[in-house]
Amino acid sequence: MELSDMAEEILETMWVHTVEEEKGHMELSVARGEPAIDELLKADYIKLAGEKLAFTEKGRGEGRAIVRRHRLAERLFTDILDIKKNLVHPVSCRFEHLLHEGIEENICILLGHPRTCPHGRAIPEGECCRKSREVIDKIISPLDKLKANQKGRVAYIHTKDPKRLQKLMAMGVLPGMTITLIQRFPSYVFQIGQSQFAVDKDLAEAIFIRLA
Amino acid sequence: MHEERCNISYDILEISLEKIEALLKGDYGISKRAIGLLLLQGDEKVASLVESREGESYGGIKEVLKEARAHYHEPLSYIIALRRQEEVNRIVGGALVHQPKSDLPFRERISRIMINPITGLPILLLILYYGLYKFVGEFGAGTVVDFIETDIFEKNINPWITRIFSAIVPWELLKGLFVGEYGVITLGIRYAVALILPIVTTFFIAFAIIEDTGYLPRLALLIDRVFKKIGLTGRAVIPMVLGLGCDTMATMVTRTLPTKRERIIATILLALAIPCSAQLGVILSLLEGNFWGLLVWGGAVALVFLLIGFLSSMILPGDAPSFYMEIPPIRMPKLSNVLVKTYTRVQWYFTEVFPMFILASVLIWLGQLSGLFSMMVKLLEHPIRWMGLPNEASVAFLFGFFRRDYGAAGLYDIKKAGLLSGNQLVIACVVLTLFLPCIAQFLMNVKERGWKTGAAISAFILFFSFSVGLVVNLMFNVLGVRL
Repeated sequence: MELSDMAEEILETMWVHTVEEEKGHMELSVARGEPAIDELLKADYIKLAGEKLAFTEKGRGEGRAIVRRHRLAERLFTDILDIKKNLVHPVSCRFEHLLHEGIEENICILLGHPRTCPHGRAIPEGECCRKSREVIDKIISPLDKLKANQKGRVAYIHTKDPKRLQKLMAMGVLPGMTITLIQRFPSYVFQIGQSQFAVDKDLAEAIFIRLA
Repeated sequence: MHEERCNISYDILEISLEKIEALLKGDYGISKRAIGLLLLQGDEKVASLVESREGESYGGIKEVLKEARAHYHEPLSYIIALRRQEEVNRIVGGALVHQPKSDLPFRERISRIMINPITGLPILLLILYYGLYKFVGEFGAGTVVDFIETDIFEKNINPWITRIFSAIVPWELLKGLFVGEYGVITLGIRYAVALILPIVTTFFIAFAIIEDTGYLPRLALLIDRVFKKIGLTGRAVIPMVLGLGCDTMATMVTRTLPTKRERIIATILLALAIPCSAQLGVILSLLEGNFWGLLVWGGAVALVFLLIGFLSSMILPGDAPSFYMEIPPIRMPKLSNVLVKTYTRVQWYFTEVFPMFILASVLIWLGQLSGLFSMMVKLLEHPIRWMGLPNEASVAFLFGFFRRDYGAAGLYDIKKAGLLSGNQLVIACVVLTLFLPCIAQFLMNVKERGWKTGAAISAFILFFSFSVGLVVNLMFNVLGVRL
């Protein structure tokens, strides 16, 4: 069932309010008496909790999808169509309702799976984004996901713990070095340069490898 | 674009270095650039040194450091390491050509077999069997001890010394100090030279050979997952294996462990559940031919090791440690290395331990003289009896206060006299293995861990080892085990 533009606007506002900004259920106040509320209630997208509006499971998903379409539209207008920033929001507000699955995915791919809208807010991830990430994952992978005897170059080190970084540096694990995983169990053993080292999982998963 | 960015970052490091060099006024014995690099890399010792020497101008240096740090996402130490690596690659790249070998070298193939858990475990068992059981246990503690003990001491030295002392020392009391039942020469020196020396020496030979091949880091990576459960990492396997030779020396080696938490856990486990070679040798010969007894003893001690390790890792605060270790290539052990290592260790052991044996003999003699000794033996008889052991064993346990192996050696004499049943022997061996560390180790615990921790560890062990003895005896009785 197609929702009216107004109903989509309400779902979008609700999603930003309750899910993204985590402010809890939204007050009914402004939208009281709006026919779109009845429409959403009937379609089982929302429910009333006293004076407040709450998502159903279905409505939450729909809200997310609408926000995604809106922000993708914004990106499309700024990045490709070069529309002035202050005009982006109003135009894309109308455009988003036309963007439905299929077209949405094409645009997402066209834009290179953007993570944020021009205003810096996160664009909810779509199926196509997940797939593209998996492809990248096949190129760059943490050391602990490599198979024995797989080889590659260190792409980067990702750890929040400076001590861990220090240890890896002491072993000469630095971007650009060729690394071969020799064994996975019971410890990760790898060859780097002329040396072999054994590390545990914590250290192995901090080393990211660009596979050869 | 990448090139350009690199050049800019290079400049920021270089500019910061120049600024720091200009600000440094003091003399450090090394170049100002080196000091600057250490400061940039966040070396705390150098930072406090520079702060104390530069006084006023240190504020300016700090400003430069702050600016330089703000330029990068990653810590400066990492940026500098990258820069060094680039330089190394540049130099090496122009001078070296790698020819990839299609075949793994022989030593690498041996290494792979050792680190694969399926083949590695049987190899570990083989090394334990031949290195520890056959060489240290049967050869060291059996053949060599028998020869020195029986042929040299009992047949020659003891009667000869006793004769001499009887002739020149008229007072019975003073004679007892040297050649009596617990005399300095007939007991102290005999134990040290005839029992302990061969065992420790053979162990250190075996250890030096294993160490020289590069096997230990491979054992460390095999055992890391198990050691993580007891709050340690594979790295701790080196002090633990060394502890099978001498716990005192191993306690000193726990310094190589990176965190205080690991050092405390390792110290507890060494003091409690790792029998030193002297104990091991005596225990192996005590339980010789008693396969099930040996199994129960080994099982009980291993269980205590894991249980106490697990509990202390739960109780002691601190993060779980992470494991990393370089795996050196497998090498044929070099005879000269093995000899030098064995010699220095035996020498250390002897200078550390020999006086302790003499001291123990003197203390026992004094204790006997004053009646304190027999009082303590009487006192000890109660817990000893609760564990189902004969009264005579309390003497061995009292010896154990001075040295655990001394106590074990005391049991050896009781067994020879046929006073111990199989069950009793196993219980005594378990308790003596867990028992209070020898005086030397107690002192080392205090020195390395501080008074409070050292004393607490000892008190816990005294209580705990007797409790385990009671439990094992109870289980033997309930289950009707006859060993």
